[in-house]
This record gives sequence, C-alpha cells and structure tokens, in this order.
Amino acid sequence: MNSATNSGRALPRAGCALPWALVTPALGWTLLFFVLPFLAMGFSSLTAHDGGGFTLANYSQFFANPAYWQAMVNSLQVTAIVTLISVLLAYPFAWILAEQVPERWQRLALMLAVLPFWTSYVVRSYSWLLVLAQNGVINRALTGSGLFSEPVQLANTRLATVIGFVHFFVMLLTLTIFANLKQLSPSYRKAAADLGAGPVRTFLHVILPLTLPGIMVGAFLTFVLCIGDYITPQILGGNNELLMPQLVMMQIGRRGDFPLASALSIILMAVVTVAYLACARWLKIERA
Amino acid sequence: MTAPLVDISSVSHRFGQHTVLKNVSLQIEPGSYTILLGPSGSGKTTLLSILGGFVTPSEGKVLIRGEDCTTVPPAKRPTTTVFQDYALFPHMSVGGNVGFGLRMQGVDAATRAARAREALALVGLAAAFDKKPHQLSGGQRQRVALARALVIEPAVLLLDEPLGALDLQLRRQMQDELKAIQKRVGTAFIHVTHDQEEAMALADHCVVMNDGRIEDEGPPERVYARPATRFSATFMGESTLISGTVTKAKDGTTTVATQTGSFSLPGTALAGTAVALAIRPEHLVLGAASGAIRLGTAKVSDVVFQGSFKRVLAVSEKDPALHFIARVPAAAAVRPGDIVAVSCDAGDIIPLAG
Amino acid sequence: MRALVRIASWLYAAAVYGFIFLPVVVLVLFSLQATSFPIPPFTGPSLRWYDAVLADTRLTSALVNSLLVAALSSAIAVTLGFLSAWGFARFVLPGSALLRGLITLPLTVSYLIIGMGLLVLFNWAGVPKSLLAAGIGHVVINLPLCFAIIYSQMGDHQINIERAARDLGAPEWKVLLLITVPVMAPAIFAGFFLSMTFSWDEFVISFLLTRFDTTLPVEIWNLLRSGLNPKTNAVGSLVFAVSIVLVVLFELMLLRRKPA
Repeated sequence: MNSATNSGRALPRAGCALPWALVTPALGWTLLFFVLPFLAMGFSSLTAHDGGGFTLANYSQFFANPAYWQAMVNSLQVTAIVTLISVLLAYPFAWILAEQVPERWQRLALMLAVLPFWTSYVVRSYSWLLVLAQNGVINRALTGSGLFSEPVQLANTRLATVIGFVHFFVMLLTLTIFANLKQLSPSYRKAAADLGAGPVRTFLHVILPLTLPGIMVGAFLTFVLCIGDYITPQILGGNNELLMPQLVMMQIGRRGDFPLASALSIILMAVVTVAYLACARWLKIERA
Repeated sequence: MTAPLVDISSVSHRFGQHTVLKNVSLQIEPGSYTILLGPSGSGKTTLLSILGGFVTPSEGKVLIRGEDCTTVPPAKRPTTTVFQDYALFPHMSVGGNVGFGLRMQGVDAATRAARAREALALVGLAAAFDKKPHQLSGGQRQRVALARALVIEPAVLLLDEPLGALDLQLRRQMQDELKAIQKRVGTAFIHVTHDQEEAMALADHCVVMNDGRIEDEGPPERVYARPATRFSATFMGESTLISGTVTKAKDGTTTVATQTGSFSLPGTALAGTAVALAIRPEHLVLGAASGAIRLGTAKVSDVVFQGSFKRVLAVSEKDPALHFIARVPAAAAVRPGDIVAVSCDAGDIIPLAG
Repeated sequence: MRALVRIASWLYAAAVYGFIFLPVVVLVLFSLQATSFPIPPFTGPSLRWYDAVLADTRLTSALVNSLLVAALSSAIAVTLGFLSAWGFARFVLPGSALLRGLITLPLTVSYLIIGMGLLVLFNWAGVPKSLLAAGIGHVVINLPLCFAIIYSQMGDHQINIERAARDLGAPEWKVLLLITVPVMAPAIFAGFFLSMTFSWDEFVISFLLTRFDTTLPVEIWNLLRSGLNPKTNAVGSLVFAVSIVLVVLFELMLLRRKPA
C-alpha cells in the first residue's frame, strides 16, 4: 500500500495514456452507476410524488410524521442492541478459538464457526423463522418440557429480528476479532508475563487494548450493515414494528413513491455518515 | 585511451522539491567493476536507476557505448539490473526465470534452455534448473538473479545492493564469487552498496557519494590512502580529524597550526585557509612517541577488542573536541583511563579542505 | 484455575456453535420432511421436496440466472478492479488518493441505497427492469471489493518483479500477461470468489431491479409468501450446499497455494 509514496524508487509519471486507460473503466462505472444514481436520488427526493416542481416536503414529512420518526428510532435501537450483543458474544468466542483450540484445529474450527455466514441472507432469516415459529422447534421444546403451557410469541417480534441479526454478526465479528488476536505477536504476552502480569492483567492491559481498534472496525461494519438491512426485519420482525429499510421499501412497493423513498434513503445515509464521523478517529484502519 | 563504455554527463535529478542528484558526471570503463558507495539518501540508488532506465534524469545525459540512452526505456538499453530483493518471478521455475530475457528476444525453447543451463552453471547452480524460487536459499536466489541478468549478455550489469539481504558470512562469500564471475564474463559491473568493506573488496573503481554529489572516485587503494574529502576520509574507513589553519606555505612545505601544536607538512596551500588533517587509525602511534609529529597526550576512553587488533578511542588533553581513533596490536596493554602520548609520521597526515 | 477456564471455554464455545448451527440444522432436517409442514415432529426422511424444487422451472431457471449474473458481474468487477488497481499502484496519477477513495466509496453504502439509486436512475432513463440491470448493480457493489483486495496486494516487491521483466525486454502487454496476472492470481481469484458469493446471495438490488426473470434469492422470497413450506427448506438447503462447496473449494485452493 505504500507503493505510491516510495519516492526513492519513483514510479513512472503518468505521461502517456496507458494509466488513464487502466483506471477509466472502473472510475466510469463508479461515476455512471453509483454517483449518478445517487445524484438522481437526491434530485428525486426534492420533487413531489404527483409531479410538479421543487419541494422539501419529502424531508419535512419525515420530521413531521411520528410513524416515520419511530422507524428511525427503532432502527437505531435495534442496531445498537445488535452491535452490543454481537461484540459481547463474539469476543470470548474468538478468544477461545485463538487461544484454547490447538493450533492445527484452529483453521477448521473457524471455518465451521462461520460456515452459515456464507449462505443466503434470505435463507438464513427463513431458517430462524422455522426455529422461532408459533409451532416451531423452540416452542415445541418449551411446551413439550412443560415449562410453558402456551406457545410463546417469538416470530414477528423485535426479539426475532435481533436474534436473526446477532446470528449473522457474531460470525462476522468472530472472523475479524479472531484475525486481530492472531495478528498480535506472542512476544507481547511473553513480555507482559515476564514483567509480572498474570493472565487476567495481561488480557486487560495488553490484549484488550491492542484488539480494540479491530473491535471498533468490526462494530462499525455491524452498524452499517445492520441499519441498512431489509430482509431480516421484514422476515423475522414482520410489520408490527417498522425499521427504516422497511419504511423505504414500503414507499416503493405499495405506493411507487420514489421521491419519498429517496428522501428516506438519504436521511438513512446521513445517519450512517454522522455515525462514521463520530467514531472516525477510532476507525483508523491500519494497513498490513 | 578507449572511449568510455558509459558516460554520464552533468546529471541532476529532482523528486518534487527534493534534489537527489546534483550535477553528477561519471565515466565507466569496459570490463571494470565499479562500486557506488554512500550512505542512504546519497543518491547512489537513483543514479543506478537512471543508468537502468527506470528513472529519466531531470537534467544531463547518459551515453552507453556512445549512444544517447537518456530516455531509452529499460528494455531497449544494453543494461540489466539485479534487484536488491532479487525480483525473481515466483510463478516460474529457476530455468524459466533465467530464460525469460531470451524468451523476450524470441529465442527458441531449446536454445533458451541450453543457455539458461550454461548461465546457471556459471553461478554454480546447474542443479536448480527445475526448482521454484521459493525452494532456494537467499544466496541461491541471488545467484539466480545474477544468472538471469547475465544470460542476455548486457554491456553493463547493474547491481542494487545485491548482498544487502544476506547475512554477514554469506555476504563475504558472495563477494568473492561476484568478483570471480565478473572477471570470467568480462562484463562491466556497477554495484551500489553502503558497505565500505564490500567496496574495498570488490571495486576496480570506487565512487564515493554523499548528498547527491560524487565526493571522491578512483581505485579503492587510492581513495583509502588519500581520500579527497573529509566525508570520504570518514566514510571509507575511519579517520582521526584534526582541524587547523594554514599559517605559512613555502617551498612545498605547509605549516598548520592546531590546538595540539604546529606541524610542517609536505604540500602547498594558501595561508589563512582552514584545513582538516586526517590520519588513518593504523598510522597513529600510541605510547612510545616514535612518530615525527607529536600530537600531545590523550586519555584513553575506550578499548574495543576486535580479534586481530584493538581499536582505541582517546580524547586529547589539550583539545577535548579532538577524538583520536587508533589501532594497536591485540597484545598491547592499553586500558581505559591511561594517559598516552600520540604521534604519527608527517607522510601519513592527509590534509583536506576544512 | 486453568482447568476451570478450559471447561468454561468448551461450554461457551459449544453454546455458540449450537446457536450458529441451530437454524441450519433445522433448515436441512425439515427439508427432508415427508409431510407438508416443516415443523416438528419430523416425519421423514423423504426427498419429495427436492423433487418438487427440481421440477419447478421458476426455481431452476432462477438458479441458472443467479449463477449467470454472479459469474458475469464478478468477471466484470474483477477485470475493472484489477486494471484500476494496476494503474493506481504503478503510475503516479494526479488526485490518486481521491480517485481511489471514489472507487471504494460504494463499500460504505448499504445495498438498499445503491439499489434505490439505480432504480430511480433507470426509471428516469427508461431502462427496463431486468437481470442486466441487477448485474450492473452487482458490479457496483463488487468492484470496490475487488479493487481493494488486489490493490492491497500490489506491493513494492511486485513492482520490482515487473521492472525486472521490462528490464529483460518484455513489452508492456507481455509484462501484464506473463508476470502481473500470474503473480497476482491469488488476489484476483480471491476477488472473483468473494464477488461470486456476494452476488449469489444478494437480494435487495435484484429485488428492486428485476421483474419477470429474476435471481434465486428473489424467487425464494416469493416462495416465502406462502408461509412455512418444506419446499423452501429444500431450495434453501441447496443454496447452502452450493455456498459451502464454493467456500471449501476456495479454502482448498488457498491451502494449496500457501507454500508458494
């Protein structure tokens, strides 16, 4: 990654057309199918659904309508809960994989741990629906064991959404945290032990601080992916409680209201950007 | 005298605001082994890159075999480079690596293989033809890189710190082999290093560089015995440096006044100029003051045992800024704290511009 | 103390593995259900729902569509990503950092918003909903990924290897074909593989940008409307199996390449 800054052995200057010919297709694609659509969306968000001119009505609607507000609040709450639980579950798991599992089995153990990560989003959420349904596996087990006489409402709740999300992000975070733990030089641990720190203090003062940047990156990734996901809340949470992506899709699906959907998308993106800026200084991703 | 093989005239180069080469001119003779010696940042690697065609100089010209090659790309010029990290193609066999240049010239596969084998035999690696680079040791990779560059018979072979990645023992061994191979093939080698021992061992012609300039050039014996500048006196081997002022210059004898006294030396200089007197460690005499020039007494600060000799550091009693570096026999009984008389012969003093 | 930590670790790991595999096991188990509901009690094993999936032309053609879109969009993404990574790593371009930032920007935006933007644009431009439109969207999400992976692997050492080839007389196109592509093959392969899996699984962009011919995740979504159904289990298990095969192949290739 440092190739462009290595001045001692300078790179050829872009005198000829070749370098531009190399980068233009990718830049063109990004401009045409990412930047331009975004501008189109921005423009659309400033028009009225029923034709007519320039308006801020789509944005003011969001702030005026408590139902819309509520979707944002729900989204933020669910995302915060999911991120927190996922990190708390994944860290010890990654630590066990990296520290307690014998070296030669680690690769296999990790691969197994993240196997369902690679399956389709839709399929994963559907699988949880099977587990959580009114007459699904969990309810059968609960009523069958006599703990509950009636099935418990699990599907179509916020809990179901959270479980579905946590399932996915535990795997994602296990991957990132495991990689982080393995990157630490064993000398750190030895040095800490050598200087008289026990395992607990070594962990608290050495291992945890050193892996914190990795955790922050993973948590931010969780935040971004979670707040923008439509499938999991739609399949598992149902329509009892709407999250932002569901609200956006609803505008397109039911009413074909592209301007309002655009405005809501932009607001969602603004929230992610604010979150990014707020924790930007913890997100200094170091390049290996 | 024949025309030089390589003629670098008034080359300057800038990276952005930073000037790394300042008006450098240098000529390379056919069949010679030239070393570019200097600390990092001295511009030696940039000069090599300019010779190889990887960098086009901001100013100046490079002629190879009388042709202007200043802007000719690497592929089209009669030079090949051995890179510091060897830059072997990891996905090709050793034979494929060595034959690559011939393949680019359109040589058929059978001839290519035969010549690659010859080149590998030259560097003592005939058996490695079918191996992959990652199966070789560092020293062996180095030889493959050398064979790969030599097989296309360049007019000039450029070596960028070729021994830098090897451990000391292997480095000394490869040094001898490099020299032997160069003598056998007769190709002009230009070799960049910051290791002065390597320079002295290998060079026919040694070029000392510092801060984008050539400080000194010539046979290594001359550069060592009579360095042209202060930098050269301290970078190519160690020296004690005594600063002084010329007080009188007459009839081929110069008198220099220093903190430790006035000395008369052979040579001419303008009265009033500041000079530095350099003395090589092996020329300083400690204790029994047998030298003709008395440099006063000094307190020994450190004695470092180096096997065949002891390296002694001492501070002049008259001038605390003056640090003597001397070399005494391993058996000499010198200890830190000793007060010793220091002297030398007038002929061993090298006057330099202050 | 040490033994206690060990036992606690095993219990914890077992619990997390259980949590991770619970839905997968339930999915696959009830895909073998003999009766019409994928809920306890288990009545199988039976392959009748797999027969039903293979007999369903909508599903099979969606599967072919998915593979086609994934393969083509990944090929485009990895080609554009490789060329641009090469250009940025090898040449000094004005505004390089900014332009690189632009290429990787889509990584930070959720698929929903990328899909929305393309929907609005295509709607205005009169581009009909189609697999092609979805494929364009898949290139948008995978191009930055391929670029980032390949660019990060183009270090100084690779630069010297290419220089050596040029020095030995190779013209630019031969450097590319004989040196750069083979040397970068692991990164190129990783980019292609990741793009394949992401495209294969992608739902929301395909959902927004296709209409009649669509991809497998969207077709599965359509099946979901009919509620819990062992047929959905069967197709989900098949999708899972395809993903696993891809991942295992990838791992094996990585392991095989490792000594190099």
